[in-house]
Amino acid sequence: MATTTATSRATLGTSAVRPDGMPKVQGRFAFASDVWADNMLWGATLRSPHPHARIRSIDVSGALAINGVSVVITADDVPGQLTYGLITSDQPVFARDVVRYAGEPVAAVAADHPETARRALDAIRVDYEVLSPLLDAEQAIDGSFAAIHPDGNVIRNQRVIRGDQSFVGDVIVEGSYELGMQDQAFLGLEAALALPDEDGAGVELFVATQWLHEDQKQIAACLDMPLERVRITLGGVGGAFGGREDISLQVHCCLLALVTRRPIKMQYGREESFFGHIHRHPARIVMRHHADRDGTLRRVEARAVFDGGAYASTSSAVLINAVTHMQGPYRCDIATVDGYVVRTNNPPCGAMRGFGVVQACFAHESQMDKLAVACGLSPVDIRLKNAMRTGDRLITGQIVESVAPVERCIRETAALPMPAPLLDEPDALELPGGSGLTARRSNIRRGVGWGVSIKNLMYSEGFDDYATARCRLADGVVTLQFATAEVGQGFVVLAQQIARTVLGIDTVLLEPISTAIGSAGSTSASRQTWMSGGAVDGACRLVREQLFAHVGATHDVDPLRLAIDATEVIDTMGTLRVAVADAARGLVLDETFEHHHRATEELDENGQGNCHVAFAFVAHRAVVDVDPDLGLVKVVQIATAQDVGRVLNPLAALGQVEGGIAQGLGLAVMEEIVLVNGKMRNPSFTDYLLPTALDAPEVVVTMIEEPEPQAPLGAKGIGEPPCISVTPAIVAAIRDATGKALTRVPVRPQDIVFGD
Amino acid sequence: MSNEFYQLSVNGVAHEVRDAWAGESLLYVLRERLGLPGTKGACEQGECGSCTVLMDGEAVCACLVMAATAVEAEITTVEGLSSDGEPTDVQQAFVDAGGVQCGFCTPGLVVAVHHLLERTANPSELQIKEAISGNICRCTGYGRIFAAVKQARDNRLAM
Repeated sequence: MATTTATSRATLGTSAVRPDGMPKVQGRFAFASDVWADNMLWGATLRSPHPHARIRSIDVSGALAINGVSVVITADDVPGQLTYGLITSDQPVFARDVVRYAGEPVAAVAADHPETARRALDAIRVDYEVLSPLLDAEQAIDGSFAAIHPDGNVIRNQRVIRGDQSFVGDVIVEGSYELGMQDQAFLGLEAALALPDEDGAGVELFVATQWLHEDQKQIAACLDMPLERVRITLGGVGGAFGGREDISLQVHCCLLALVTRRPIKMQYGREESFFGHIHRHPARIVMRHHADRDGTLRRVEARAVFDGGAYASTSSAVLINAVTHMQGPYRCDIATVDGYVVRTNNPPCGAMRGFGVVQACFAHESQMDKLAVACGLSPVDIRLKNAMRTGDRLITGQIVESVAPVERCIRETAALPMPAPLLDEPDALELPGGSGLTARRSNIRRGVGWGVSIKNLMYSEGFDDYATARCRLADGVVTLQFATAEVGQGFVVLAQQIARTVLGIDTVLLEPISTAIGSAGSTSASRQTWMSGGAVDGACRLVREQLFAHVGATHDVDPLRLAIDATEVIDTMGTLRVAVADAARGLVLDETFEHHHRATEELDENGQGNCHVAFAFVAHRAVVDVDPDLGLVKVVQIATAQDVGRVLNPLAALGQVEGGIAQGLGLAVMEEIVLVNGKMRNPSFTDYLLPTALDAPEVVVTMIEEPEPQAPLGAKGIGEPPCISVTPAIVAAIRDATGKALTRVPVRPQDIVFGD
Repeated sequence: MSNEFYQLSVNGVAHEVRDAWAGESLLYVLRERLGLPGTKGACEQGECGSCTVLMDGEAVCACLVMAATAVEAEITTVEGLSSDGEPTDVQQAFVDAGGVQCGFCTPGLVVAVHHLLERTANPSELQIKEAISGNICRCTGYGRIFAAVKQARDNRLAM
């Protein structure tokens, strides 16, 4: 066979450049907040200042009297279903009789200027009868607080019971762990533009979201419209991380547009964004691990309580992830797990990168370190001893069929170089506290810690979260269409890489991301490379089959002998070699493909069942410098080996790993929404601290490539694992440096200085 | 309607701002009145740097500047870093090095990096980190952004 000349084709496996990169660096990319329309009005939302109150009356006359205010709408103006929600429809479009969290929408206005809208909100008089709020998750469980919602105060309770429940290990360690509420803090604030149809019977919405078709379904129900009259196009999305899976301003914006019959633009400010989307569940997890004297893990007991806040969102699925991942990436035959996710008058919680597993992992990894000490093993050896392998059973009874290179993740992480020691006279910026210039070199202690995790990929418990894609080949150009929300992860470039690889054509155009095609499911659960990648791959392969049929007929060759070699169709058993562009001349091939993953099951009452599709694994080693007197931490280095299946775009994969690590670092030492009596005390970027360039550690990475047989491209999702076990690794490193117990994240200076 | 107006000089072009509320920030006026949405807003309090623009060559947060007070200044936004539509070396480096994910922080970062490299031809790793520590990125963890800045720096030094 003739050799092909090496080219720099941007196919799978290359660091192909993303098509939206250049528009983004030049300021030409249209984010949802950048779209506008002639004659548009600005929408704004009035929110409850109270976590729990009865609404006696709402007087909007003051707002309507303001010049420039077009309309004020409340719950009375919702034409269809009064509530929405991802799993259960329990969240009011506007609170009608009662508000259940501080920040709940009560009314919305449309006005000619954002400032006019703000003044209009000020002029609305809501008479509240303030009620005492349910803030303690345990009170929701024990029934001592009256139901704050018709659906009750317990959103879900799920046990996982497996094996000999009377088993007692030779070695027992226990602990109680707590995680604060983390915010997704995507940079691009919630924004949308709604355009009413001329006849008022439909609406077009440009919005930053993670799942266009789910938005469409919920919006249509609230507007009492057929699905097809709500047409959604993705506005450019400035990050998501789970925080855009729920409805925020979508229904309000569409409703204002339909009532005013004018285009409506809405965009939240940062403070409103904290109120307008769900957060990561704060949680308390009590754990007891039983092991043999040699460190073999035998039984995990756990009780987990997740605070879901006022509305359900995805809470029940978050809980399932938590309780089914309690063993971590370790073999364990016996489990006694009880998990609750409850309703309180705190802000609603739902999806955030890691989805329930972040909480479980902080607890089980803290436990593994305790077990290591109790058994006289190193943190690495206790993890290697118990490392899960393909074919092992989870505590749900499910067999891990996925490639499970846990041992390799740990060994290859351990093999990565350690950072240089802190200099005797370092730059102040390299010390804990950095530009605060407070830490003294002589006080600094260095610590090392470990974390390893398992994360399910895709949705679970019987949900068929399929993805759809269309491929059209015409005039030598491929055009792809899908409704996959591009939120920054880079699916747009992956889709092009797939088409170039499968079809041998380099020019790949992308249709707008919209509801004009079938659902792609949500950009979440580390699922789009697998699911939408599988759909694009499938659609391209269908087109390729037709192309081969055509070439076979033209050249009298069995199409089964044909293959794509770079940009040519070749006969693998003969001499035929024809450029795809020539072979496809005059053809118009157009195929749509739905990718479905294998079916999963619901859990039974004992938490047994094949509820997950597949799993990915990762190990993290953290090195930190700590000033124990001041409680200041500098994360020096994170080393990681991640099970990715196959690297499809090295640069994009590295970006996901580094970005996830920064978010896990945030949860470890910086980020928490502080609640006092149900009210957020820090809904701003001044008071909610995010990692900056000076907080970013050195990151050293090994990608573990063992292709996943189940995955269409051999690649596992890589979005979530980076942020999961890095948090316990950092906390373990701080424990190593200080000797403190540190059972709560984020670790605050006072925890280090005054903690046990 | 009033006849009040003021002029802003943005990217070398004189713009007249008419009938504007005097409280509008430079960020709002750039985005909503002058058709320059490249500058982004994400915190409204000068913490995130998404709205970084140059005023007489100094990097400022446009959300903290009242537009009406910027009448004497020459303002440069991300759209005006190059005059011919071709990407600047910094913009090209961000694309090549994988410094762009969601891209919302990118325009502010690109402006901040131009500002850095104009003042400091050969910034160290720490100088780079400090210079962009006022620009929050939630996606990348900064690794590929550091790589982009170093690429732009090294390319300039090699010229």
